[in-house]
Amino acid sequence: MSYKLMIVDDSKLARMSAAKALNALHPDWSRLEASNADEALSLAKQTAFDVALLDFNMPGRDGLELAAELLALRPSMPLAVVSANHQTEVVQRAREIGAVFLTKPLNEQALDAFLQDAIRRLKQAEA
Amino acid sequence: MTGAPSDLLSELQLDALTELVNIGVSRAAASLREMVGSQVHLSVPNVSLETRSRAIGILAEREVSNLVAVHQVFEGDVAGRALLIFPEAKSLELVRAITGGDLPLEDIIELEQEALAETGNILLNSCLATIANMLQRSLRMSLPEVLRGNAATFFNLTPPPEGGDVVMFLFINFAVRERDISGYIAMIMDLPSLAALKQLLDEFIERATGETAHSIDDRT
Repeated sequence: MSYKLMIVDDSKLARMSAAKALNALHPDWSRLEASNADEALSLAKQTAFDVALLDFNMPGRDGLELAAELLALRPSMPLAVVSANHQTEVVQRAREIGAVFLTKPLNEQALDAFLQDAIRRLKQAEA
Repeated sequence: MTGAPSDLLSELQLDALTELVNIGVSRAAASLREMVGSQVHLSVPNVSLETRSRAIGILAEREVSNLVAVHQVFEGDVAGRALLIFPEAKSLELVRAITGGDLPLEDIIELEQEALAETGNILLNSCLATIANMLQRSLRMSLPEVLRGNAATFFNLTPPPEGGDVVMFLFINFAVRERDISGYIAMIMDLPSLAALKQLLDEFIERATGETAHSIDDRT
């Protein structure tokens, strides 16, 4: 079963790097890209997707605020917030919102673990 | 030098450099949190490449008061000077934010130099170490030194190299315990260092995306 991943990051390079990792892990998955929270929310209202990968540090609303808004739209969606800023408060807020915290720079192993768990959750929801 | 300095890096090279600096600053926020014992908000809303005179102009335009800077020299494949700059009035705010308690002014003044050097050391080292590690090069860094003066003093610490140089200029917002302190990070590099940096950024882009920087530029 292939799914659609939304990648939100203000850095084009970071989006390309996440896309490369996704292609290596799940070449059959498709993806959507946005460079800020507003763009992501407007895309989320128009297009269906299954999993989201959000940068924390973005101009305008940060990844945690975006995560909360996306989860308000789709409460059961697997979602990760990515940042090099692993302060307790940031990691804790991600958990409270219901998002997974991943460390930046994102590596393939960490993305793999998150996506495996996401697949498990999506299959459970489908069953 | 031809064209604006920002043209010296392609859009993707500047994007990559901004991303590296953001990772460095985010890591610094996590380290500073350990030191301060309270959440530290650090963000870099803007990164640009400026000439030395334009960088002095920006600072002179925005900041009328005296400035204080933490200065470190870096050497390696890419060499230059890194500066964390605050308006002098904000530097005592920074110490208050970091120490947290209600220390008397004399203690704050006494601690200022040390707190500035330590904060600067964490921030500048984190940025430079992240850039170096991700570009797979090593950089040697000098000990932090606190300087006072104005933009012209900081950016003219040595005579400008004959070939000219550029300043990577970052606005940085720092907030801790409801105190907001805006400052700047400046990295001054000569043109051979910038050429080396461009090459290393292209290699990094290739590793990160699996594509050559040129093939991406051609497509966009």
